[in-house]
Formats: sequence, structure tokens, C-alpha cells
Amino acid sequence: MLDGVKKLGMQSVKFQNPPSILSTYSIVGPKEGEGPLKDYFDLILEDDMWGQESFEKAESKIQEETIKSALSNGNLTNKDIDYLLAGDLLNQIITSSYTARQLNIPFYGLYGACSTMTESLSLGAMLIDGGFAQKVICATSSHFSSAERQFRFPLEYGSQRNFSSQWTVTGAGATILSAEGNGPYITYATTGKIVDMGIRDATNMGAAMAPAAMDTLINHFNDTGFSPQDYDLIVSGDLGSIGKSIVIDLMQEKGYALSDNFTDCGYEIFDSKEQDTHAGGSGCACAATVFNGYIYKEIMKGSFNRVLLVATGALHSTTINQQGESIPSIAHAVTIDINKA
Amino acid sequence: MENMNKKEYQKYAEQQVPKPTYLKNSLMAFVIGGLICLLGQIIRNWLVKNGLDEKAVGGGTAIILVFIGALLTGLGVYDKIGKIGGAGSLVPITGFSNAIVSPAMEFKTEGLIFGVAAKMFVIAGPVLVYGVGSSVIVGILHLLLKKG
Repeated sequence: MLDGVKKLGMQSVKFQNPPSILSTYSIVGPKEGEGPLKDYFDLILEDDMWGQESFEKAESKIQEETIKSALSNGNLTNKDIDYLLAGDLLNQIITSSYTARQLNIPFYGLYGACSTMTESLSLGAMLIDGGFAQKVICATSSHFSSAERQFRFPLEYGSQRNFSSQWTVTGAGATILSAEGNGPYITYATTGKIVDMGIRDATNMGAAMAPAAMDTLINHFNDTGFSPQDYDLIVSGDLGSIGKSIVIDLMQEKGYALSDNFTDCGYEIFDSKEQDTHAGGSGCACAATVFNGYIYKEIMKGSFNRVLLVATGALHSTTINQQGESIPSIAHAVTIDINKA
Repeated sequence: MENMNKKEYQKYAEQQVPKPTYLKNSLMAFVIGGLICLLGQIIRNWLVKNGLDEKAVGGGTAIILVFIGALLTGLGVYDKIGKIGGAGSLVPITGFSNAIVSPAMEFKTEGLIFGVAAKMFVIAGPVLVYGVGSSVIVGILHLLLKKG
């Protein structure tokens, strides 16, 4: 490998000076605040409107307050930050743009649907290791009600949800990465390719995204030389119970045993029986709140030394779905390690 | 994924989804739908008892059921009935009322014209178009057959 070339294998990078996570913050809605991970979130809202007049404005406020709190958690102000990398699910990523309007930080808007957390972490880490930034904020959000009205039915419409459908997480997560710090570090990133196995059913996104997650996982293991056993935890973004079991099943066929240390943020965030969320959680905030809440705090406690976060995104719209197109999916992976190498 | 083609994967993925509980759904649709119809019958009998003639009573019953559907939607109850009742609460006229009132409520934030009024028919629109359309076709057929 040439000096200064950080690309590793087909789709991965190995950071020479791995960026450190300086601080995180997560805010969730009331339903997530009743779920199994409730003790890990920094703030649980009592009202998912949070005093705003629309769901979209509420989501923007959630993202804004998450970023501001991540800043104050790290004793930083917006002037200390070189870039804000953020995205969300809404058309033209309005949540993030309206959040960025309030923050006065140079802003790159991202769209990776529910994979946005690892998309922003990958790019943020590259900006820092490339020498283009000292500190970067990576953030994303979603809101059950703003997503429902854009992708599905009005809230008060009396319809039945499929068993394969998932529940969009209301909340936001933000991570501040820094060139200097005591870890945990982002040591590797694997960029996903679009994988589309022809699933058209927008109520079965777990099945649509599972092949993308597998493709990224296999490429990550090939590129880095890691095996699943090198990780204390491998966690996908929002495959839900169906996508999770597909990944375990088909990865087994490929010779990768994932079952023990593998789980999914969407599977963990809700108690699907008690909370009636069918296949589990979804949305940008699913991976974002579970990572910035549960996973980060458990790493700091010493429960995990090395984690692979693979956020997954279903990059469809209702328009092209109605035109008969299938759902293109993607997954980006980042390695979070308490050690630099 | 190279050893599994798209068709095989789609078939495999379909098998991973739990089957809908058809029997339970049908039973609940029968019960909830039946209760709504029973309510309609009670209203109808009450209107007849209070002196409404046979022609007006159909319209009167429908108006009251639409009002009840709208009220329950506004109170946030009808979606919960719909979750249990499925087609049983979707098909009766109360369901039609729910389909119009729920988007009208939700899109209030985009204003009275482009929000409430424009989005009101987003779900019920197809029902109106094809309902009215097919009634015209049936009407023409009826007219032709009657004359012939």
C-alpha cells in the first residue's frame, strides 16, 4: 500500500489517525422511552410534538436540540465545529436543513435514508483523517408521524398494519468526532453499494435491506481481514426481526456465523409484543439513538471493546414505488474501537 | 447473493413473513362490521318511529352514521376500531367518513386550501371516482335493457 493511501480492499478505508468520539446525545419520543432501552437515552420526550405546531417542525427541533446538547456535553460551541453532516427521511431533507439554519455551522446534507448515521460517521471520519477538519458533528433524525404522512396513511386512518411492517422511531442522535481524543475511535469504514433484490413491498423493508447489509458485511470482512468473532457486537440499523433472521440465515450459508454477537437496532429498541410494533423499529433515528444511546454508553462502561455498526437504508419513494420499481437498498459499516489500531 | 437470483430471494423473503391471521381477521371484521350495521339498523328504526318516511330514512341513517364516523375519527378512536375490525370498519359508511376526515385533520398544518381541502380526498378519491363511474355505467345499462 502506498504511503498516505487509506483505501483498503474493494470498499473499505482504514483510518491512519482514527478520529475519536468526543461526545454523543440522543433524544427519543414517548414510545421509544417505554421500550427496553429507555435507560440509555439522554432525553425522553413526554410529547412528540414538543410544543411545535407540526410534526416536521417538531422533528427539526428534536434534531437541533440533540446537536446542541451533544455540543454542551463536549463543552463545545458551534464555533468549534468545522462541519455538520446530517440527514433525515423527509423530502429534500428539510429537517436537517432547517436544523442547520439555526446552528451556523458549515453543512453537508446527506440522504441515505435509515443508513444516514453510518454514512455521516464514515464521511465525518474521512474529513478528519484527511486533514480537512478538526471536529465534525454527525447527526440524523426521524419522526413516526412525519414519516407516516409522507410514506403511508394519515395517523387517524383506521387501517391494519402488516406483520412485516416496522415502526419509525421518533428521535435523533448526534455524535461529535474529533481529530484528538481518548476514544472510542472510528477505525474502519466500509461504504455500501446499492443492492436491489427486487423487493417491491414497502411494508417489508427488512427483507429489502437484508441483502444490502449482507453485501456490506461480507465486503467488510474481506477487506479488513476481520471475522465476525473479532467483534464484541455487530449491529445492523433497522432490519427488524424479519431482516435480522434473513441475514443470520443467509450469512450462515456463506460461512459466517453471526448469531451470537449479532443483533439489530430496530429489533432491540421496542418490545414488539408489548408495544405492538410488528417487525420492529425503523427510521434514521433507529440506528442513531441506539448507537448514541445504548452502544456508546456500553462501550464507555467497558461492555464492548470493538463494535461494527451497519446502518441500513431503503432508498425508495412512494412515487417510484407506485410506478412499479423495487426498493434499492444500502448499508454502510463503521468500526468503533476503544483502541486506535 | 450471487448464488440466489432475485426471484428465489423474493420467494424466500415472502416465506419469512408471518402469515396474516385470516380466521381471526375475518371473525373480527364480521363482529365489528356487524355491530356497525346493527347501529345503523337501530338508527333507522328510531327514525321510522319518529315519523320519517321510507325514502328519507335511508339518507337520514347515512348522515348520522357519517357523523358518528367523523366524530370517532376526531376523538382518535376510529383508528383503534380499524386496527381490530379491519374490513369490518373500513367498508361501512363510517369507514368512508374516516377516510375523508383523517387526512383532512392531518393536513390542516398545510392550510385550508392546499391542506384540508386538497388532501381530504387522498384516500376516498378513488372510491368516489370508481363508485360514481360504475354507477353511471350500471345506470346506462339499466336504461338500455329496460327499453329493449
